[in-house]
Amino acid sequence: MVDVASLSTGAQAPRRDAAGPSGPKPRHALSRRNIFLYGTLIVVALYYLLPLYVMIVTSLKGMPEIRLGNIFSPPMEITFEPWVKAWATACTGLNCDGLSRGFWNSVRITVPSVILSIAIASVNGYALANWRFKGADTFFVILIVGAFIPYQVMIYPIVIILREIGIYGSLTGLVIVHSIFGMPILTLLFRNYFTSMPEELFRAARVDGAGFWGIYLRIMLPMSLPIFVVAIILQVTGIWNDFLFGVVYTRPDTYPMTVQLNNIVNSVQGVKEYNVNMAATILTGLVPLIVYFISGKLFVRGIAAGAVKG
Amino acid sequence: MSNSERPSQILRNLNAKIASIPMILTALVVFVGGTAWTVLYSFTNSKLLPRLSFVGLDQYHRLWSTSRWLVSIENLLIYGAISLVFSLVIGFVLAALLDQKIRFEDTFRTIFLYPFALSFIVTGLVWQWLLNPDFGVQRVVRDLGWTSFSFDPLYNSSIVIYGISIAALWQGTGLIMCLMLAGLRGIDEDIWKAARVDGIPMWKTYLFIVIPMMRPVFITTLVIIAAGIVKVYDLVVAQTSGGPGIASEVPAKYVYDYMFFAQNLGQGFAASTMMLLSVVIVIVPWAYLEFGGRKRG
Repeated sequence: MVDVASLSTGAQAPRRDAAGPSGPKPRHALSRRNIFLYGTLIVVALYYLLPLYVMIVTSLKGMPEIRLGNIFSPPMEITFEPWVKAWATACTGLNCDGLSRGFWNSVRITVPSVILSIAIASVNGYALANWRFKGADTFFVILIVGAFIPYQVMIYPIVIILREIGIYGSLTGLVIVHSIFGMPILTLLFRNYFTSMPEELFRAARVDGAGFWGIYLRIMLPMSLPIFVVAIILQVTGIWNDFLFGVVYTRPDTYPMTVQLNNIVNSVQGVKEYNVNMAATILTGLVPLIVYFISGKLFVRGIAAGAVKG
Repeated sequence: MSNSERPSQILRNLNAKIASIPMILTALVVFVGGTAWTVLYSFTNSKLLPRLSFVGLDQYHRLWSTSRWLVSIENLLIYGAISLVFSLVIGFVLAALLDQKIRFEDTFRTIFLYPFALSFIVTGLVWQWLLNPDFGVQRVVRDLGWTSFSFDPLYNSSIVIYGISIAALWQGTGLIMCLMLAGLRGIDEDIWKAARVDGIPMWKTYLFIVIPMMRPVFITTLVIIAAGIVKVYDLVVAQTSGGPGIASEVPAKYVYDYMFFAQNLGQGFAASTMMLLSVVIVIVPWAYLEFGGRKRG
């Protein structure tokens, strides 16, 4: 695992500004090297931006214009009708209330899942870092190895467990599933963070008579806000973007947004409305994109930690 | 810190133990128990419901003689090879370019990484639209006058997996670039100075000095990419639903379809056990060395 902390600090780390004259050697702005360097970067950047651009442009066109025109050309006549239709009236199966249903389902799934998984994992990480008991490390190793087991291996046993408890198909069931599968990476994240905190703090609090929960709530929690933010970013994007668990553990009226989006776009009946499809696609991608653009460098830290999750 | 020095050990640890119950349950019931359950039932002939009537390796024999599974494995290998090679090469080159003390580094990095924030479903649907032969890239090039131009990877069963790989690379290379950039930033500036003093060309410095020094980063990146390859599912569902025909099927989709549509649980369990086996061979030894061996310090 890459040292996650170095990812965010690496960019600002002043390792290059050692003693002596600093700053780059003055160079000609239009040297061949610069033209090549920036030229390549700009071309690649345009390639990466292209799909986003096409999505937006397509969603603002009417169907006749799409049939006649070029997918790369900007809309001649901007219309927001596809957006309204995608949000409020697009059909999936029998439901014709658009993506709004999936959106609210996703909100109802994501919010409790994020809170529950982070609460469990932070307490776990804290126990593993500061209150190790016999066998704790064994469970931790199982947990980490478990993060690499393909989900497909564990899907069905969980279906049975949820069915036995009577919450298969409900949002509660899906929230529990997300908390379970978020646990390995989040526990690792919190354990490593708490381990790196000075132990004197913990000892001093012990001497003052604080207990397990007291130290967690009054010392560890307030001192570890950055790592909580990283965990929230990681979980919000991860859970919002999930498809597999959504499709396995929910029913059509509790489908999260990604599942509903796929059903709208890939449904075989009816005439394909590409503008509505693209509007729906942007709407689904909007939440993680907003999280991404707001969180900036913290996002890099979060995904680097969460990438192991796959 | 050692627990044995302190008095009243059982009571002191009681809270930690209670707090760890969710972790213990997850580790034992879901990860160990669930995996063992699936492996066990892969030796039965369960159809609609799981039943414990053992048939030995029958499910595996059937699995490896099903053409859909063989296509899935072949696709996974092609997709995996493309993902590994291209995301490493593109990721490293982009990171090296960004490491040249350029202006607007943050802007470029933000642009290269944003697709990673999007789900595979969104990625798959956008590329399905871009690669649509009637409206997408093919049509645009044909409208420019090159009427025989053909680029329809999603509708051509011999190249459909490459079409899926294009989308996967667009989504995932930003992450690899970030990991590589972190690795490059960890290389001491003195190495560069020494190489410059010795007159070693830049590409040689990268190839023979910097890349060998970044070995740990490369290993981590490889594992991350490999873990993602085995799990590929949503992207295929969104982009082609496995089509045309069965040309773009992947193992994860085989498992899902047999468990929840074909109502042939035994096949699904056998296929998922094969997925597990491939991960065990590739990843678990690494994970054990990386996390299991490291003690608190």
